[in-house]
Amino acid sequence: MNTTTDIGHFLERDYSAGFVSNIDADTLPPGLSEDVIRVISAKKGEPQFMLDWRLEAYRHWLKMTPPTWAHVHYPPVDFQDVVYYSAPKSNADGPKSLDEVDPELLATFEKLGIPLHERAALAGVAAEAGPGVAVDAVFDSVSVGTTFKKKLAEHGVIFCSFSEAVQDHPELVKEYLGSVVPSADNFYAALNAAVFTDGSFVYIPPGVRCPMELSTYFRINAAKTGQFERTLIVADVGSHVSYLEGCTAPMRDENQLHAAVVELVALDDAQIKYSTVQNWYPGDAQGRGGIYNFVTKRGDCRGRNAKISWTQVETGSAITWKYPSCVLTGDGSVGEFYSVALTNNFQQADTGTKMIHVGRNTRSTIISKGISAGRGSNAYRGLVKVLRGAQGARNYTQCDSLLIGSRCGAHTFPYIEVQEPTATVEHEATTSKIGEDQLFYCRQRGIGEEEAVSMIVNGFCKEVFKELPMEFAVEVQRLLGVSLEGSVG
Amino acid sequence: MPVMLEISGLRVAVDGKEILRGLDLSIDAGEVHAVMGPNGSGKSTLANVIAGRDGYEVLAGSVRYRGQDLLAQSPEERARGGVFLGFQYPVEIPGLSTAVFLRAAVNARRAHRGEEPLDAMDFLGLVKGRMKELGIREDFLQRAINEGFSGGEKKRAEIFQMALLEPQLVLLDEIDSGLDIDALRVVSDGINRLRAPDRAMLLVTHYRRLLDYVPPDRIHVLSEGQIVRSGGPELAGELEQSGYGWLRAEAASA
Repeated sequence: MNTTTDIGHFLERDYSAGFVSNIDADTLPPGLSEDVIRVISAKKGEPQFMLDWRLEAYRHWLKMTPPTWAHVHYPPVDFQDVVYYSAPKSNADGPKSLDEVDPELLATFEKLGIPLHERAALAGVAAEAGPGVAVDAVFDSVSVGTTFKKKLAEHGVIFCSFSEAVQDHPELVKEYLGSVVPSADNFYAALNAAVFTDGSFVYIPPGVRCPMELSTYFRINAAKTGQFERTLIVADVGSHVSYLEGCTAPMRDENQLHAAVVELVALDDAQIKYSTVQNWYPGDAQGRGGIYNFVTKRGDCRGRNAKISWTQVETGSAITWKYPSCVLTGDGSVGEFYSVALTNNFQQADTGTKMIHVGRNTRSTIISKGISAGRGSNAYRGLVKVLRGAQGARNYTQCDSLLIGSRCGAHTFPYIEVQEPTATVEHEATTSKIGEDQLFYCRQRGIGEEEAVSMIVNGFCKEVFKELPMEFAVEVQRLLGVSLEGSVG
Repeated sequence: MPVMLEISGLRVAVDGKEILRGLDLSIDAGEVHAVMGPNGSGKSTLANVIAGRDGYEVLAGSVRYRGQDLLAQSPEERARGGVFLGFQYPVEIPGLSTAVFLRAAVNARRAHRGEEPLDAMDFLGLVKGRMKELGIREDFLQRAINEGFSGGEKKRAEIFQMALLEPQLVLLDEIDSGLDIDALRVVSDGINRLRAPDRAMLLVTHYRRLLDYVPPDRIHVLSEGQIVRSGGPELAGELEQSGYGWLRAEAASA
């Protein structure tokens, strides 16, 4: 792993995504009711089955209470004080081409470094490596522009906004929506099902290896806007897809709720690789503001020999609460989870994964690296569940914690439930610390403090980093450097 | 012979307690000096203050290295300028590979000297020969720094780093502690091989044994934060005979 040579430059940089776009948002007043849901569904021109699905979820939600078992502390969220819809105005009902998109919006994406122009993206990315990245950009609650549509269409790959999918491919949506994360699954999933406004939809036809990485960026803009995104990825028999999710958000004072749901379905011999670099605003150095990231992500290895891999680098959010999981239904299916979660200042994280072994000869791998700095609190919570009949199930779990300084915390809550005698489950855990002694040793060899921390952290994370698609490799090192500013002493 | 290290009237406190009480010391390039003394005399404090460790408060005095004010520099600046501390208890840094660490250190030093950084291949070439000399095992580079090393291995690794970094002021803080005869020989050979006309060394030690293998030009005896006696190599023999107590008594009655 190369060391970051200009980390000093990065550290000088303020949270770079911390600006607010000056866009006239078409915003509903705060509060949630059946009427709000009907308005959302009507604005999107959804068919009846979607409205019904939303209302059913809403009715479930009304009977549920917010969960409190996580190792995180935050003031209660007033769900009636949240805005559930905010869309940027434009002349037509939806942009038909990039020319119709609000220019300020495009400028926003420029600042974030998101390539909306096909040629620029092709030239830039192709020069580094690989065939390019197709980007589906989401601004607040509405998808804006999709690139590379033509190339993907040649292969029969559907990659569009969720809203578009509901219009153009309702039969696919109907078949798979809620099949991995049902509305009644948990409080935030129910809320999401009721009020989600958009997200990504991906369908890979049988036998197709998607010719490029698929990518989506998110951004929360208007104050008190909850971000309720819904993503559904279906990989049909024998298909492969790699999907990247990278998030940025501006500096705000009020906490912002992010309760997304991601469902992945892999049929026989299909593979889905889902990578995330999460950089939501983490709160200031005193712990004020910051995003609450309460997400439900789950993949169903529905078919034989299906494979789903989750790779994540989480450095943002005031509170991160997520367990990207795999249900290993099909015989011979494989689930993987590679994670680096960093908490600095007053950030809190309760994150991990669930691997549920159902079919025979299934395999799961969990590599979790938690880095705590400042007064950050990092909890790994993992469940390895092997049902009776899941013969020959194998799991390997490695969860490592790195503490930087002496005011942070790391906790591990591994749950292992095995009901099958032929299963093999291995668990390893380590805890180590970067303290003054280690840093002075590096400094006495001519290595500056920031460079030393960066080298140590990169070494600690390398097993996870090597699973990330190349597009993220540089951003990730940069992200860690910035996130660890002021972490020692 | 140019003066490499010049310490004048140095007073240092740790946790509010004064440990060095007015220390004067001067080492020329090409010389090897030893500082000996009982526990608590301030030997390690001296080495750590010169290297720039946190937690040591300089109350008075100066430390000049090649004419520069060393106390005004950060630890890494001092290191890049050629100051090397061989630690008494080298720490482990899990997850950081020795190869990555050493190459960064070597290149930091080279950058300071206006030289091009070494790439991985050249670095390996530089390293392999030296490893053999010090009997350091093959997997050393892949391991995390000092991870799983015995005391002897850690000390040999310190000398190995010293060989790679080509420092001009070497401070060895009880390099002999915890070493058996064979390890001591290997370490001593390594130190002796690195003597040079443009290099000065300061060995901090309890026992004369090291000084039999690495004969010093001068020996200073530190007691309660001050140098109470300086002399040639024969001073080691006298101390062994009479112990440190004799010197304190001498100093008290002077």
